[in-house]
Amino acid sequence: MTEPIDIGGWSCPVPLRGQDRVVLGHGGGGRLSAELIEHIFLPAFGCSPEAELHDSAVLDVGAAERVAFSTDSYVVRPLFFPGGCIGDLAVNGTVNDLAMSGARPVALSAGFILEEGLPIELLGRVAHEMGAAARRADVRIVTGDTKVVDAGLADGLYVNTAGVGVIPEGVDIRPSRARAGDVVILSGPIGLHGIAVMSQREGLEFGTEINTDSAPLHGLVAAMLAVSTDLHVLRDPTRGGVAASLCEIAAAAHLGIEFEETRVPVPPEVAAACSFLGLDPLGIANEGRLVAIVAPGIVDEVIAAMQAHEFGRGACVIGRIVEDHPGVVVARTALGASRIVDMPLGEQLPRIC
Amino acid sequence: MCLAVPGRIIDVGDDRGTRMATVDFGGVRKEICLAYLPDVGIGDHVIVHVGFAISKIDEASALETLAMFDELGLLDEGLP
Amino acid sequence: MKYLDEFNDPVVARQLFAEIERITTRPWAIMEVCGGQTHSIIRNGIDQLLPENIELIHGPGCPVCVTPVGMIDKALDIASQPGVIFCSFGDMLRVPGTSRDLFHVKSEGGDVRVVYSPLDAVKLAEDHPDRQVVFFAIGFETTAPANAMAVHQARQRGLTNFSVLVSHVLVPPAIEAIAGSPATRVDGFLAAGHVCSVMGTWQYGPLVERHRVPIVVTGFEPLDVLDGIRRVIAQLESGTAALENAYARVVTDAGNVAAQQMVDDVFEVCDRRWRGIGEIPLSGWRLSARYGDFDAETRFDVGAIDSSESALCRSGEVLQGLIKPHECAAFGVECTPRRPLGATMVSGEGACAAYHQYRGLDVIRPTAVSGPRGDDD
Repeated sequence: MTEPIDIGGWSCPVPLRGQDRVVLGHGGGGRLSAELIEHIFLPAFGCSPEAELHDSAVLDVGAAERVAFSTDSYVVRPLFFPGGCIGDLAVNGTVNDLAMSGARPVALSAGFILEEGLPIELLGRVAHEMGAAARRADVRIVTGDTKVVDAGLADGLYVNTAGVGVIPEGVDIRPSRARAGDVVILSGPIGLHGIAVMSQREGLEFGTEINTDSAPLHGLVAAMLAVSTDLHVLRDPTRGGVAASLCEIAAAAHLGIEFEETRVPVPPEVAAACSFLGLDPLGIANEGRLVAIVAPGIVDEVIAAMQAHEFGRGACVIGRIVEDHPGVVVARTALGASRIVDMPLGEQLPRIC
Repeated sequence: MCLAVPGRIIDVGDDRGTRMATVDFGGVRKEICLAYLPDVGIGDHVIVHVGFAISKIDEASALETLAMFDELGLLDEGLP
Repeated sequence: MKYLDEFNDPVVARQLFAEIERITTRPWAIMEVCGGQTHSIIRNGIDQLLPENIELIHGPGCPVCVTPVGMIDKALDIASQPGVIFCSFGDMLRVPGTSRDLFHVKSEGGDVRVVYSPLDAVKLAEDHPDRQVVFFAIGFETTAPANAMAVHQARQRGLTNFSVLVSHVLVPPAIEAIAGSPATRVDGFLAAGHVCSVMGTWQYGPLVERHRVPIVVTGFEPLDVLDGIRRVIAQLESGTAALENAYARVVTDAGNVAAQQMVDDVFEVCDRRWRGIGEIPLSGWRLSARYGDFDAETRFDVGAIDSSESALCRSGEVLQGLIKPHECAAFGVECTPRRPLGATMVSGEGACAAYHQYRGLDVIRPTAVSGPRGDDD
């Protein structure tokens, strides 16, 4: 008999005692998600509470090279959005998780949960896009599974992709490798994916030319590793956006992060959409961007290598790692004041206030 | 309260008797209710709150305010 | 974006800061009424760059913060009822009632939907004739015309499956309550620019006269907020008390007459409880008798709800500027942004929430909070 779970110390809004259900915020990539992992999954799976959580797991399989292994589930709604669909998201997302360990992706699995009544034609389109994305990413989908659930569940279609990749020798990329004095690099403009998806969401629909930035980043990472295998940290700012990624890195590294808001590239249309919805671009999901923490000595070369790559054209320095305020991310505003960038709690919702 | 943002009217229409507009917010477009501003039309700038245009932006007044800020700046520069 | 970028210019902002520095000779406490202004201040760090002796007291101008607990509980009850589609602005989803919030109701199977505009809720009612669609009509005067139009359209279109749960609050009675309180420390007010774009400025003259306080109608971009602060200080320094409009590009003395007419038809004044403050007479709007059949409170059998506010919460005193957030014993201990007890911790704009976020920045801002640190994070 397992111990009843004590949720007393959790960050749930208002005494959740007596309320023991999953809420949407648990999937938001923020604090609530982190607490599910820390309090439910890690203990259940026998992982140490201090386990270093990263985008993919690095496995020593007794061979010369190490293996990276990652999984992600895709529940995006609507299934098709400007510039992409759940299919290419599912491929690029897991490829990117592997790439954030410095790995070259080798193979993916694809597990489908389909809603009874889903048009086969639609499933066909998703599969086609997945195949195309896999070819573009030079990775194979080698195994999979399909289940069907009753009509009314699964929002049409859910996909899980798991992936394995191989990490070159000498590469050791994880948050605890960050050092005071390191430079924070962002690979390009933010907020495109989240806004593209939101523009189609029932109740919020707005017209825009914005397309998702969904892209496989392993080629970009390889180009960066060619400059130096000693990259310290890589993270792709998906749910929770750049804010969540920086907060996670700062917390894991026990160091502070300072960045200049004016250096973070925000496309005008993303800024405009965030304006009328009352959202913070720093909290909006990206699917084709990465944050890199590197030693100051190699910054210029790394940036040059990134800018030469199709998915790193907008690469820029946005800040640095500091000894001060460990675990806290501070932004310098356009006016020259400082503000703390907090970990988003759950979902970002449009506000009126 | 009151997150309201400026946008430009690029089209005007009607939804069963309620005057509506397509408003452009820096490249993003949304259908907005124009019922409360009967005298504005295409090309005008309005302030929009929860899908409603609630006020027209007076361009002359905006320029006046910005000019006043400029003047303040000049005054400050003259100080030791 | 036009009419936004120009009013965010950091170079001009520096000039305004310099001007404020130049004219300030004594300590002053200024309250910005609107939550949107608070948001702008915190987000841009305006309070950090003002002279030391200018204190900004964050006002109760956030409908999210001040919606009474009992009203939230009613919303939760209705949203939990079978067949209901409960629509709300995003801000309200995390606001705690006595024991839970709308997110929890959603997790229990309630159909809770975020809408951008009240008209989206009307559309849902038209698209789902077999369901009862309820819209949570909260907000200050800025939002009332939109909410009123939703009710008006529902009547026009003969919708029998649409209703509203109304909890509007009004700014002038709140200023009256704060300015009129014998213990208040507020020397001058920044009035809410968008509220005034609807209502005009004519309600504020009498407040200026009665309480001899400067009131400046202020916008939301950094330059607007700084200009409002500058004008209040200029008045205080010269001993004047007058009504000024610093947001003239959007606000006129008369306001939006068409919007006011619709609001007059659909709503009527009532007493209203403000979370963390208590009842302020004639400070709210409810549905008028003419539109009573759209009232969700009567359409749904909302059971006897035992609503309670925390006895520990001192947000009323924070709102009047009588205490700083960290001077409350519960701050950071029983009361955190994730487990808020009262109005000022509920919303990101609340003074307590803002202070809580910055308390870790002692190193960067030596003058910042150094109160009790709780277990929360």
